Amino acid sequence: MGTAAAFEGEVMRHLDAAYNLARWLTRNDADAEDVVQEAMLRAFRFFGGFRGGDARVWLLTIVRNTFYTQRAQTPAAGAVDEFDEAVHGGTDDDDPQAMLLRAVDAQDLRAALERLPSEFREVLVLRELEECSYKEIASIMNLKIGTVMSRLARARARLECELTPAAGGQA
Amino acid sequence: MNCRDARLLLHAWLDDELGAADSLAVARHLQECAACAQRLRNHEQLRGALRGAGLRHAAPAGLQGRIAARLPRAMVAPRRPRQRWMPAAAALAALLVAAIVFAGWQTLQVRRQEQGALVAEAVSGSLRALQPGHLFDVRSTDQHTVKPWFDGRLDFSPVVKDLSAQGFDLIGGRLDALAAHRVAALAYRRHLHVINLFEWPSNALAPGGMRTRDGYHVVQWNDAGMYFVAVSDVAPADLDAFVRAFRATPVAAGEPAR
Repeated sequence: MGTAAAFEGEVMRHLDAAYNLARWLTRNDADAEDVVQEAMLRAFRFFGGFRGGDARVWLLTIVRNTFYTQRAQTPAAGAVDEFDEAVHGGTDDDDPQAMLLRAVDAQDLRAALERLPSEFREVLVLRELEECSYKEIASIMNLKIGTVMSRLARARARLECELTPAAGGQA
Repeated sequence: MNCRDARLLLHAWLDDELGAADSLAVARHLQECAACAQRLRNHEQLRGALRGAGLRHAAPAGLQGRIAARLPRAMVAPRRPRQRWMPAAAALAALLVAAIVFAGWQTLQVRRQEQGALVAEAVSGSLRALQPGHLFDVRSTDQHTVKPWFDGRLDFSPVVKDLSAQGFDLIGGRLDALAAHRVAALAYRRHLHVINLFEWPSNALAPGGMRTRDGYHVVQWNDAGMYFVAVSDVAPADLDAFVRAFRATPVAAGEPAR
């Protein structure tokens, strides 16, 4: 069968999603392109073993793994998970403040998101920009679905904190 | 539902990932708890901001091309182990095809040579027959005389037809040898020309068309397990007419079926 044509039709069409995740993980254009190129080569190499399913999820998983492999920096998923569970109990006792639209300027938002630790940044990128379901995020990040929810909760709380006028100056 | 649980489930609610029962519980809590209601509004505002700020990076224009440029080698010869044998298999297949083509060509050459030999033999057989006294072993215009004559002289019963109505008179028959076969040779006359018809049982496929050698025309065909060769110096059209007449004419009714 036309492997190249199938790869083009099923995987290559998710290039934007792959680049978006890589760009938010690396936070610069050159590294993002490196990660995507390497991920695409890996994807092509393993395409024979890809048996249906969601090609976008499969590709994003490879992009993420490629990023962490290239950085030789394991995401220490286990440690973060424990951290999430431990934190469940709620250190976030802050009274919710009404966010001011002033803070939600695109530049500030971009900068605030880039300042987030990568494990929070990636879960927000996958949820809000790629609009992945919890199940898809769980698959890409190799997490349990419950952990996806708690990770998102922490990520949103951190970002909102960054964006509220009172806390914004601190960063 | 307390605030602690609600604070977490608000996200699943916002993300449309909450089951019906939990959704109902969260909805009730939100009606009672102003703080959680404010949290939800903050999350909604954040979502609106993230999705509306053009934060999604699109792949640079040339990226797909640059990836494709790195893929082709992989695309031509994918590095998947199960395809490593592909070049060898392709070479083997090519070799096999070449061998088959060569064998076929050789067979064709042999066939051509055999055909050439057969035509030459048929022509010389006809020439030989023209020698005084060689044309007939049995001289008769009657197929019912000619046909029985072959019985006992050949191990098959030749097809003998009366074509006088079509302008081809049977003048006799003889034994001959052609292509290492003992064959029946019939002689028909068309005006002043003789048409020699050789026939023997064979499953060999006769080539179509007319061949010409030394001024003699040769036509070959198969019919009911017999191989026929007609040789004559009549005009090609007359020889064709003879072949058509011979093939179209049924064996005479009075002839004993053998």
